[in-house]
Amino acid sequence: METLTIKIWRGADTGSFQTFSVPKRENQTILDVVTEIQQRQDQSISYRFACRVGVCGSCAMTVNGKPRWTCRTHIGALKSSVITIEPLKNMPRIKDLVADMSGFFDKWGQAGNDFNSDKTRHDAPVQIDPESKQRKAANAAIECINCGVCYAACDVVRWNDDYLGPAALNRAWSLVNDVRHNRKQDTIAAAMGAGGCGNCHSQGNCMTACPIGLSPTRSIAGLKQMSLMSLMGKRDA
Amino acid sequence: MLEVRLYVLQRLTAAIMAPMVIVHLATILYATRAELTAASILARVQSSPWLVVFYTAFVVMVAIHAPLGLRKILIEWGRLRMSAANMISLVLFVVFLGMGLRGVWALTGGAG
Repeated sequence: METLTIKIWRGADTGSFQTFSVPKRENQTILDVVTEIQQRQDQSISYRFACRVGVCGSCAMTVNGKPRWTCRTHIGALKSSVITIEPLKNMPRIKDLVADMSGFFDKWGQAGNDFNSDKTRHDAPVQIDPESKQRKAANAAIECINCGVCYAACDVVRWNDDYLGPAALNRAWSLVNDVRHNRKQDTIAAAMGAGGCGNCHSQGNCMTACPIGLSPTRSIAGLKQMSLMSLMGKRDA
Repeated sequence: MLEVRLYVLQRLTAAIMAPMVIVHLATILYATRAELTAASILARVQSSPWLVVFYTAFVVMVAIHAPLGLRKILIEWGRLRMSAANMISLVLFVVFLGMGLRGVWALTGGAG
């Protein structure tokens, strides 16, 4: 039977790769491989997953150097029988394949990403035209599930510790286009601050890596434009 | 707001410099068709107040633009803290502006 050579990161920020051999099957994802190794060869391997079908975003890892959802990465798509699996980059490593995502989520908050409304359940729901420019802009960004793949793919995140990163700014973009959001100016101010949208070099790694094809690059470009308008005094740019 | 202002300044100076670089290069190409000596360059520059105005503006743009780019490089590749990068960029701005204006001043014959 054909076998796969799997190199899995063991340890935290310091550590090394451990090599495993796994039978190649007709239908097999990276997550299947990690699970098989953990259940049949070495139970001490730590990794994260929940839904196994590309909904939750918790199984993202670095596979052959690129950030991916392991549950949606078919072995055949890699066109290689030697596969290295590491935790997501740009985050501290906790153990084996598990990265510490707290910095990623903290920045999510720092980008002014808390929805704020003074409406209560007694108010009528806001009517939003699905064809409106703002709704369409929000729609393009809104499907993000915080998996951290774009954050791991971004060079500017690697270079600049203060940079909020593509996911947080993408969220800010969907929020400033949400007409129900009360603190639009606060969100814009946070998104254009020291770690904000001005740091983006528009390299588009986030867009290339996003498993569901979102373009944080476009969202950040929108924020840049909005911050310019805001600088020129146009409040509702 | 500071970040956005600096962001705009860098893009604005880049936009202004783009045609200036073309004028600068075209002038060099044109000028080298004749003899290229210190005396001929000085004569040409001193005969045209527009060139002095042009290069004064050019120097100011460069002095703003270059330190802003270096500031980001210092932060991203040099891993410097923002406050340190700000300080270095500010010093570079003063140095570039001083050297540039001193050069333009010399071209006008002002420095003797």
